[in-house]
Amino acid sequence: MSQQSLEHSQDRRPTRWHIAVFLAPALLVYTAVMILPLFGTLQLSLFRNVDNAQVFAGFDNFRTLFGDPRWSDSFWNALGNNTWFFIIHMLVQNPIGILLAALLSSPKLRFSAFYRTAIFIPTILSFVIVGFAWKLILSPLWGVAPNLLDLVGLKSLFVPWLGKEEYALTALSLISVWQFVGIPMMLIYAAMLSIPDEVIEAAECDGVTGFSQFWKIKLPLILPAIGIISILTFVGNFNAFDLIYSAQGALAGPNYATDILGTFLYRTFFGFQLQIGDPNMGATIASMMFFIILAGVCLYLFLIQRRLRRYQF
Amino acid sequence: MSKAATSLPRTIGAHAVLLTYTLIALFPVVVIVVNSFKSRNAIFRSPLSLPTAETFDLIGYKTVMAQGDFIQYFQNSLTVTVASLFFVLLFGAMAAFALSEYRFKGNTMMGLYLALGIMIPIRLGTVAILQLMVASGLVNTLTALVLVYTAQGLPLAVFILSEFMKQVSDDLKNAGRIDGLSEYRIFFRLVLPLVRPAMATVAVFTMIPIWNDLWFPLILAPSEATKTVTLGAQVFIGQFVTNWNAVLAALSLAILPVLILYFFFSRQLIRGITSGAVK
Repeated sequence: MSQQSLEHSQDRRPTRWHIAVFLAPALLVYTAVMILPLFGTLQLSLFRNVDNAQVFAGFDNFRTLFGDPRWSDSFWNALGNNTWFFIIHMLVQNPIGILLAALLSSPKLRFSAFYRTAIFIPTILSFVIVGFAWKLILSPLWGVAPNLLDLVGLKSLFVPWLGKEEYALTALSLISVWQFVGIPMMLIYAAMLSIPDEVIEAAECDGVTGFSQFWKIKLPLILPAIGIISILTFVGNFNAFDLIYSAQGALAGPNYATDILGTFLYRTFFGFQLQIGDPNMGATIASMMFFIILAGVCLYLFLIQRRLRRYQF
Repeated sequence: MSKAATSLPRTIGAHAVLLTYTLIALFPVVVIVVNSFKSRNAIFRSPLSLPTAETFDLIGYKTVMAQGDFIQYFQNSLTVTVASLFFVLLFGAMAAFALSEYRFKGNTMMGLYLALGIMIPIRLGTVAILQLMVASGLVNTLTALVLVYTAQGLPLAVFILSEFMKQVSDDLKNAGRIDGLSEYRIFFRLVLPLVRPAMATVAVFTMIPIWNDLWFPLILAPSEATKTVTLGAQVFIGQFVTNWNAVLAALSLAILPVLILYFFFSRQLIRGITSGAVK
């Protein structure tokens, strides 16, 4: 690609080889390890393994995925769980992030650096640590959670959340929220810091303070940042795997109640227990994830981002 | 500033909310680390108390040190992270320089092409990546991981660094050109030192997901010799589920290096985020 562009610019200046040299390494690694495999995966989803040879199968794999009840039940279950996972993030993680950022950004708050640093700590920990730590804490064997509930007199409310089909997914979503709340907090905090003082002062001269100031002045100004956070959350959630895998294993128990697209892809691709792995079906699921994420990103870029009004100061 | 904005009840309210959330954020980490220093009985009898002289016990750490090959895992993680970081920063900065400095046909397209990877996660190509690594004999090598993480980190690095490189003064570069510096020298001698703060930001952003990744080590390099700390801890804990001392000690050992690094780099990281590196 860079070669071509060089040839076009040749008409007046001598060939500028250095541009190609600067671009080549990044372009090479990125294309070979990321873009080509992405398309390779899309392509694999159109093939099927017959007698150790790849045979073109058209959309048969997709037909199996949606038509065969054994596959489609798992797929819709995973997609539904994934959607709930995303909804919880949008409803819990982002509002908490905005609230914390709004509090942190008030100019005379003391210890704000301490709060920022401390609240961001879970975000830097690996999923393995987070998954196991919460698994231990919520475990009925260890009693940290029941003991804590006992302190406020609510011990009767304790349920082994991760082991119950009806609560496990919500519990895991909230654990993931706990881990990642630092990201919306930081991005909104940055957006709020970039609001000029004059705007806030003008609002205060007009008597707009406190909550109404946040609602009427600051919130409209940080909407673009909220849009970016929403799309980051979307991509992150529909690509999630690690937390569920470390807390519940590849089977995403109990009874697939916490199965999301990432774990479904992993099981299909690598196999589990008696089922052997199937790269072609794995590629088919990965392609579906690709289309879902692509649809979300396009929706954001073409519908939402254009309507967000940006203010230039 | 008006006094209304800093009235006492409001300040107290703000601190109460922030302090509560800080406790929620830190509590699990503290519980794990504190209990890892206690004897098995004390872990279960009083999980919320600090270790005393009687209950203090390092048996968990001894088990971890005796059983798991954590030093090796740690070296693997370090090798992979440092090597990937080096390539992401070098290649990313070079590409960012080409995109921000020169006007050539296809410049915008190239920028968009490289930015694609910010939104589409590399994980979706796993099936074909594994085939590629099998075909090139790189399965169960750290090279495979370095390649994947370099590709994963490049898009964001190019994006952030080219924003910063646009701000480097043209006069400076042109002065260099008049003095007869080659384009390579201009890049390495003039531009790179000037964008060092941005490089540090990119480094932190790139490092955390690489260090913490479980997916690619699990798929591309699960052998004993190439396990990373994250995968090693995952496997180890899976095997020692009932040995609570060992599990808590392994978790603490996995938390501590990251925490120490974080305290060194947190200022850089937070400044990076808030200086509009991610707009």
